[in-house]
Amino acid sequence: MQALYAQLLVGLINGSFYALLSLGLAVIFGMLNIINFAHGALYMMGAFVAYFLLSLGGINYWWALLIAPVIVGIFGMILERTMLQWLTGLDHLYGLLLTFGIALIVQGVFQNYFGSSGLPYAIPDQLKGGMNLGFMFLPIYRGWVVVFSLVVCLATWFLIEKTQLGAYLRAATENPTLVRAFGINVPRMITLTYGLGVGLAALAGVLSAPINQVRPLMGADLIIVVFAVVVIGGMGSIMGSIITGFALGVIEGLTKYFYPEASNTVVFVLMVLVLLVKPTGLTGRAA
Amino acid sequence: MPDTAIAEAPAKVATGGNILQIRNLEAWYGESHILHGINFDVNAGEVVTLLGRNGAGKTTTLKSIMGIIGKRTGSVKFNNQEIIRATSDKIARMGIAFCPEERGIFSSLDVRENLMLPPVVREGGLPLDQIFDLFPNLKERLNSQGTKLSGGEQQMLAIARILRTGASFLMLDEPTEGLAPVIIQQIGHTIARLKKEGFTILLVEQNFRFASTVADRYYVVEHGKIIDGFANADLAANMDKLHTYLGV
Repeated sequence: MQALYAQLLVGLINGSFYALLSLGLAVIFGMLNIINFAHGALYMMGAFVAYFLLSLGGINYWWALLIAPVIVGIFGMILERTMLQWLTGLDHLYGLLLTFGIALIVQGVFQNYFGSSGLPYAIPDQLKGGMNLGFMFLPIYRGWVVVFSLVVCLATWFLIEKTQLGAYLRAATENPTLVRAFGINVPRMITLTYGLGVGLAALAGVLSAPINQVRPLMGADLIIVVFAVVVIGGMGSIMGSIITGFALGVIEGLTKYFYPEASNTVVFVLMVLVLLVKPTGLTGRAA
Repeated sequence: MPDTAIAEAPAKVATGGNILQIRNLEAWYGESHILHGINFDVNAGEVVTLLGRNGAGKTTTLKSIMGIIGKRTGSVKFNNQEIIRATSDKIARMGIAFCPEERGIFSSLDVRENLMLPPVVREGGLPLDQIFDLFPNLKERLNSQGTKLSGGEQQMLAIARILRTGASFLMLDEPTEGLAPVIIQQIGHTIARLKKEGFTILLVEQNFRFASTVADRYYVVEHGKIIDGFANADLAANMDKLHTYLGV
């Protein structure tokens, strides 16, 4: 039974990363209509920025949680201003190819300087150790990752669904020309949205650094699963991405316990089934 | 009447200073040349109506003023400021508001969010209680999804949301299209009341019977040019011409 709970916890942790990354992808897709294949590379950059902050500047994990998303978010905004904005109105394929190329370049540069093996990033002192819950042992850091990710996901959902800024974002997703004619600077809002989505990826990278180590290909390993999560949840659906992210992490964890051979494919099998039954995803709307 | 004659002619029914001045406005959708040199003026506080058949260039004229068309040349002056190269968000912030023909109600927003969406660009916008006084239906449907409203209610919402912003110059594109006579009457009363409150309105209409209840002046658009213009007082005298222009 302990093994089942342990796999459930692993599932929840993976689900936290899936949720944060797919949320960023959903925000970007909703606003920019771009399938951001660079997301995994930007997640990796978040982890590397945390590593540099600690190893070069002595800046700890808590500050890295704030600074790394801002730095990577600014990098993302520069990408959007200099490259992605020119793809407005073009087929999705162009955005996919461009961001895929960006991902390969970013990963290549980091691999060139740091190789493929992982760099260590220590768990902060305050989150070391664990708690015996009676039915299982809970490492505190892992519990923190699940809770913090959930809070960030819900805060992002609240921002987009329940605030005036979110209303601008949702309206601009539907009709950017009219929203701009109301006096709102839509191009600037698009840049900031890309920065927000990328910042979420970088935040996931910082959270992941003490668990998975800091590796140039850490994003490439994850991004395909995250895309499957987004497709299952429904492209552009905020709550769909959050729920599907956590749910698929748990399903993957349970599969590891009950039928480990299928644990690497269960997400993709579910994706195929969902596409066959509801091509717009579980919570997505038809275009 | 040649375009230049209209452009140079003083307003026949001037109720205030010149607020909008359009000269040689040309516009394109991609390769299609739609406007071929539009000239007209709008004075502060008046309701000016652009009449014309489908495809004449009326909506394109409004979109060109608002800056939401691909390419445009010529001169558009609002309060003596040139806006031909300004982006639409800057134009809106100068005090021009646009209500599109398709109403542009956002399906992902409820009525309250749709109503509150356009930012206040300057002082002088109508407070919510006055807006609900004009459109009582909206108050009852604040939590409904915007696109679940009836056509008439959606039109009211589309007009209501630009009244909050403080814009003094409103451009309404066929606000009566597809609506029941009783709703058309209500929109007519609203436009008349807005005029009394000091708004300047540029209206695009095909229904000149409706337009005659609110307009001070008319311009007739055909093939992307203004081909005629007259005051409401001269409407009866111009009726035969108007029937020919509009093909009714």
